Amino acid sequence: MYFGLNEDQTMLQDSVRRYLEDASELEAVRGFAEGDMSLANNLQDGLLELGVPFVLLPEALNGQILGGLGMGVLEAALIQEQLGRHVAPSGFAATYGMAVIGLREAGDEDWLSQIASGAAVMGVGMTEATGGREGAGLTPKGDKVSGRATFVMGAENATHFLLTTGEQLVVVKRGAAGVSETALTMIDKTRHTVTLDLDNAAAHLVAGNNHAEAQSRMIDAGRVLLAADSLGAAAMMLEKAVDYAKDREQFNRPIASFQAVKHMCAEMAAKLEPCRSLVWYAAYAQDNVPDEAPLMSRLAKSHMSEVGKFVARTSTEVHGGMGFTDLLGLHYWFKRIGANRQLLGGPQAVREEAAKLQGFVA
Amino acid sequence: MDLNFTQEYVDFRDQVRGFLDTHKDQAPAQGDRSVRSKKRLAWQKILLENGYAARTLPSEYGGYGAEPDALRARIIAEEFARAKMPGGISGQGINMLVPTLLELGTDEQKAKYIRPTLEGEMVWCQGYSEPGAGSDLASLRTAAVVDGDDFVINGQKIWTSTAQFADMMFCLVRTEPDAPKHQGISYILIDMKTPGIEVRPLMTMTGFAEFNEVFFTDVRVPVTSIVGNRGEGWMVANATLTHERGMLGDPDAALSRLRQVADIMQNEQVDGATLMDNQVFRDRLLQLQGEAYAMKMNGMRLTTAASEKKSAGMAGLLVKLQGCELNHQIAELAIDVMGEYGMLFEDSPFIRDKGMWQTAYMFDLGLIIGGGSAQIQKNIISERGLGMPREPKPAPGTFKAN
Repeated sequence: MYFGLNEDQTMLQDSVRRYLEDASELEAVRGFAEGDMSLANNLQDGLLELGVPFVLLPEALNGQILGGLGMGVLEAALIQEQLGRHVAPSGFAATYGMAVIGLREAGDEDWLSQIASGAAVMGVGMTEATGGREGAGLTPKGDKVSGRATFVMGAENATHFLLTTGEQLVVVKRGAAGVSETALTMIDKTRHTVTLDLDNAAAHLVAGNNHAEAQSRMIDAGRVLLAADSLGAAAMMLEKAVDYAKDREQFNRPIASFQAVKHMCAEMAAKLEPCRSLVWYAAYAQDNVPDEAPLMSRLAKSHMSEVGKFVARTSTEVHGGMGFTDLLGLHYWFKRIGANRQLLGGPQAVREEAAKLQGFVA
Repeated sequence: MDLNFTQEYVDFRDQVRGFLDTHKDQAPAQGDRSVRSKKRLAWQKILLENGYAARTLPSEYGGYGAEPDALRARIIAEEFARAKMPGGISGQGINMLVPTLLELGTDEQKAKYIRPTLEGEMVWCQGYSEPGAGSDLASLRTAAVVDGDDFVINGQKIWTSTAQFADMMFCLVRTEPDAPKHQGISYILIDMKTPGIEVRPLMTMTGFAEFNEVFFTDVRVPVTSIVGNRGEGWMVANATLTHERGMLGDPDAALSRLRQVADIMQNEQVDGATLMDNQVFRDRLLQLQGEAYAMKMNGMRLTTAASEKKSAGMAGLLVKLQGCELNHQIAELAIDVMGEYGMLFEDSPFIRDKGMWQTAYMFDLGLIIGGGSAQIQKNIISERGLGMPREPKPAPGTFKAN
């Protein structure tokens, strides 16, 4: 029995961390937030060089060689944690996490091969399956699809979108006839989401017939990845708070020596550290403990959302007035955590699903 | 990440199960906490002989002499819990005094005290806290003055659990009044039957006397009762304080308490709907479940760290703070879902679960305060875990009461 990361996993995480420390510096993130796409494009290329897009991709599927690494959600979560830590504008969770899992589970080697070659980069719209808001939802008709998909993730570099009609997974091409797109201005400007309005748009039905299961698996994994993103972002906010407190002097001493400040940091650390273990386990369960995977995904997403919110707020407070300014840029982490909380279902909605899974409610 | 046990451990688990199966009739009831129970002492002997108590302690002192192995320890704990059979006697003697004696005791002390303590024949209490020395334990004032071959002890201890049953006390006393406070303390062993010791039960908010006050008036103990050197008692005691913190906050216990609350919620009805149908209660239950699983996985990480003989760092430091708080909140939810029934206590008619939730709610608050209060835990987490500086010490006399 060994509960922890192995050497390969640690190395993978370290290499992504080292890359992002340089590549996703705050100034570059700021540029992206102000509309300059160069960081997202650089990351798309840089992460490709590290092999990151191939992590979940199978080596081969249905006889077709895909050349993926065939790793699990745990490895993907370790990468996502680093992306969150560096508030990196990357659609990894959607494009190389959820989309790959959905297509793999459905058994569509053709789209996977397009992803492997880089010909297709997939944004993912699953909101309609996790809580469709009024006016949202897609209706298929033959090989066309109409309706609205809201909060489509991974729009940064997407060439295609993987969407749900409720029962089926379909792919539409970005910018194709009948696909109109509205960029959403989120509080979190480190990632792009869009709303798609489809009017008789050409829909490629994903292969295979177990779409419901494929969709569940991709949502479960997607939630774990969002939790991992918040874990990384919150860990960074805690580190920044501790560093700031050691540096900042008032009353002729570092504010880190005041118990009021120390206790805020201790509370953040004490709540956050167990989340790391929960996220690891929830990620591991996706591939290795199928009975527990759906519940652990929901518990990790909802619990991390609560702890993330606490850390985001408390770290900002430790930074005092500076935390409230744009100068430090701490707000990028605050807002990223805030967006992760709502994406693919807010904590209350996700907990209600967890209650249903356990038969607590009909 | 590999949550499977290797064959060696699977075999060991079978062995534990086999033992539990064949010894079912010899085990005392799980609730049997009485210190002198014959059945309990006999059970303890059986456990010692088979390596299910004092497993890693040297056999020359009554232990089983096995190599430390965190995975085997976990398997034993899991299987005893599954079989609903009580494990070995735990208590401050076994958990705190014995490791201290093994490390710092004289051969004579080891020979005299360890075996009867492990066998449950010799019961210990801990004399650390005083009315004026709680979080600032090192300011303790119970004085031991050398007179011939004896220490003569005067002073008072408080929060002394099991003092009413104890044969012996391991105690911190001030022997060097002129030394700086941490360097003036000695660790001594006191026979509780010595004249001049008075034990008074300390009734707490739960309605029970879980603790005592112990008063010393010219209590004479031989100078050979000291463990370690004079003035080094703080260091001697610190070895055992780390043991105490590790004892608290078992995540599997929190999950099983949470399942009990879920059962209440599924079975009790108000106005024709179950308590579980109430979405606010349900959401609170699920919030605590997320936290309880986070603590469970944190515990798995600790087991792995222990099996590799590595420090778990932050994951270990937070256990007391988070674990006690979680248990307190679970009891709070149980009381809230029961509504008016939740306020019933003691032998009231209509009481649920014998009133255990109110007792747990209050007792857990005691645990949050005791054994290093939540605030002290936060100091430890921020200083040892996050590397934040200690609060500077003000010059003596800086603060004066108005």
